Amino acid sequence: MTQLIDKRAAAAGTSGFLRQQRPRHGERAIQVALLAAALVAVATTVAIVIALLIPTLEFFSVVSPVEFLTGTTWTPLFEPPSFGVVPLVVGTLVITVIASVVALPLGLGAAIYLSEYAPERVRRSLKPTLEVLAGIPTVVYGFFALTFITPVIQAIVPGDGLPSVFNALSAGLVMGVMIIPTVASLSEDAMAAVPNTLRQGAFALGSNKRQVSTRVVVPAALSGIAAAFILGISRAIGETMIVTIAAGLQPNLTLNPLKFMETMTAFIASTGQGDVPTGSIEYKTVFAVGMLLFIITFVMNMASIRLVRKYREVYE
Amino acid sequence: MSAPTLTRYGERASLTQSGGEPVPEKLFRWMLIACTAVGVITLVVLLTYTVYKGWPKLNAQLVTNMPSQVSPNTAGAQSAIMGTLWLMVFTALWTIPTGIAAAIYLEEYANPERRINRIIEINIMNLAAVPSIIFGILGLAFISRTLGFGPTILTGSLTLALLVLPTVIIASREAIRAVPQSIRSGSLALGATKWQTVARQVLPSAVPGMATGSILALSRAIGEAAPLLMLGVGFVRFNPDGLMSSFTALPVQIFQWTTESQTQFKELAAAASVILLVLLLAMNSVAIYIRNKTQKRW
Repeated sequence: MTQLIDKRAAAAGTSGFLRQQRPRHGERAIQVALLAAALVAVATTVAIVIALLIPTLEFFSVVSPVEFLTGTTWTPLFEPPSFGVVPLVVGTLVITVIASVVALPLGLGAAIYLSEYAPERVRRSLKPTLEVLAGIPTVVYGFFALTFITPVIQAIVPGDGLPSVFNALSAGLVMGVMIIPTVASLSEDAMAAVPNTLRQGAFALGSNKRQVSTRVVVPAALSGIAAAFILGISRAIGETMIVTIAAGLQPNLTLNPLKFMETMTAFIASTGQGDVPTGSIEYKTVFAVGMLLFIITFVMNMASIRLVRKYREVYE
Repeated sequence: MSAPTLTRYGERASLTQSGGEPVPEKLFRWMLIACTAVGVITLVVLLTYTVYKGWPKLNAQLVTNMPSQVSPNTAGAQSAIMGTLWLMVFTALWTIPTGIAAAIYLEEYANPERRINRIIEINIMNLAAVPSIIFGILGLAFISRTLGFGPTILTGSLTLALLVLPTVIIASREAIRAVPQSIRSGSLALGATKWQTVARQVLPSAVPGMATGSILALSRAIGEAAPLLMLGVGFVRFNPDGLMSSFTALPVQIFQWTTESQTQFKELAAAASVILLVLLLAMNSVAIYIRNKTQKRW
C-alpha cells in the first residue's frame, strides 16, 4: 500500500502533473450509459415527430392542405367525407379563451398574494393546497364539469335548449381552475427571482405595497409571467379529458360558449381509441390533427422556455 | 427573504398615503385573497361533491367486484384498481432509473456549453409540456402497432413512463443541484473518482428529493386517461396477470362510467374517482412526508 502511494507520488513528481496514468474504462462506460439515458428524452421527441409525420404525409396525399386548414366542415367519417379542420380549431380556441379568462387573472392574483402579501405560515399551507388542485386527474375534472358545473350553469342561464348538456362554458371554466396552479406557481417563481433591492428602493421612495407589487415586481417579472401565461394556454389547448367529457363530441362551428363543440384533442381521443385500423383514412386523420396540435403546443412551449431563460439571465 | 421587514415597510408607507387611489391598498389585498380562494374553494367543492355523489357506491363491492356496463347494481372496479397498480409499478420501473441517470448526466457530467447538451436540456423542458394525448398517439403508433405489443400493461406502462420522464428528470436535477459543491470537492480531493463521488456522496444526499419528485411524477401518470384511451385500453373484466396482459385502469373506467347516462353509473364513476383520489392523496402525503422528514440543511 505504502509502496503504491510512493510509486504514484514518484510518477506524479517526475511527470510534473497530477493526471492519472491509466485510463479508467469503467468510469467512461458509466458516463456513456448516463448519456444514453438522457438521450431517451431526445429519442422520444424524434419518435413523436416520425410517428406523426408519416401518416400525416399520407393524409395530405389524399386531402389538400388548403382544404384541411381552411375548410369549415369536419365530417371525416361520413359519406361524402369533408376534411375542414376549422370547426375543431375554433372549438379549441373558444374553450381555451374561456379557460384563460379564468386562469390568467386568478393565477396572477394568487401569485402576487403568495409572493408579496401572504405571511410565511399562510404561504406554506396554501402552496401545497394549490398543488393538489394541479394533481387532480383530468377525468375527475371532466366528471365534475359535466355533472356539477353544467347543471349549475343551466340553472343560472335559462334559455330555450341552451346551455346544452355538453357545452364549452362548463368545460372552459373547469379547465381554467385546473390551470390556475400552473400559472400561479410559475409566476410566483418569477416574482421570487426579483431582487429585494428593487422592492426596498420603491418602498424608500414612498410606495405602498400595492404600488410595489403592480408597478415594480410584476413589470420586473414580466417575462416569467408571460412564460407562465403561455404555458398555461398551451396546457389548455392540449387538455383532453375535460373537453371530451363535458364539451361534446360533435364538431360545431360556433362562437357561442353555451353550445356543444368538439376540440382537436377530443376528436383525437374519441376517434383514436385503439381499434382504428392502421392505414385507414380515420387513422390518418387522427395523426393529421395530432400533428397540428403538436406544432401549436411545441411553438408555444418553446416561446415559454425562451422567456424563462430571459428572466433567469437578468436576475440569477 | 425578509418578508416580515417588508411588511413593516409596506404598512408604514401606506400610512402616509393620501386617499383617492384607484384601488385602495386594503381592497387590493382582498382581491388577491379572493383570487387565491377561488382555487381552494373549487377544490373543496369538487372533493365534497365527488364523495357525496359516490357515497351510495362506496362499499366493499367496489373493490371485490368486476366492472360492468350492464348491471350497475353489482358492478365494482377491481380490475381497474389492479390495472392501475400494475401500471404504477412498471411505469416506476422504467422511468425512475432512466430519469435519475439522465439527471446525473446533465448535472454532473454534461458540459452545458456543448450543443448536444443544450439540445437535450431544451428538449426535456419542451417534452414536459407536450399534451398527454400526443404521447397516446406515440404509444399507439409506435409501441402498440410498430413494436406489436398491443394494448397491454407493457405498452401502457412504457407510454406513461415516457410521459412522466421529463418530470422525473427535472425533479431529480433539482435534488442533485441542492447538494453543495464542497461535498464533491472534498470527495475528489480524497482521491475518489468522479463516479465514486457521484454514487457515494452526491446520490445518497439527493435521494429524498429524487424520491419526492418521482412519487409526484407517478401520481401524475396514474391519473392519466387520455393516452390510455388512445392505446385502446377499454372494458376488461379480469385482473392483469403479466406484462402482456390486457387491462383497464381507474381513469379509463371512470371515463366509461361517466359517459353512461344512467344515474347509477354516474355514482360508480364518482366512487371510482374517490378511490383514485385517495390513492393519489396517499402518494402525495408520502412524498411530502419524505420531503419534510429528510430535508437536509447544509
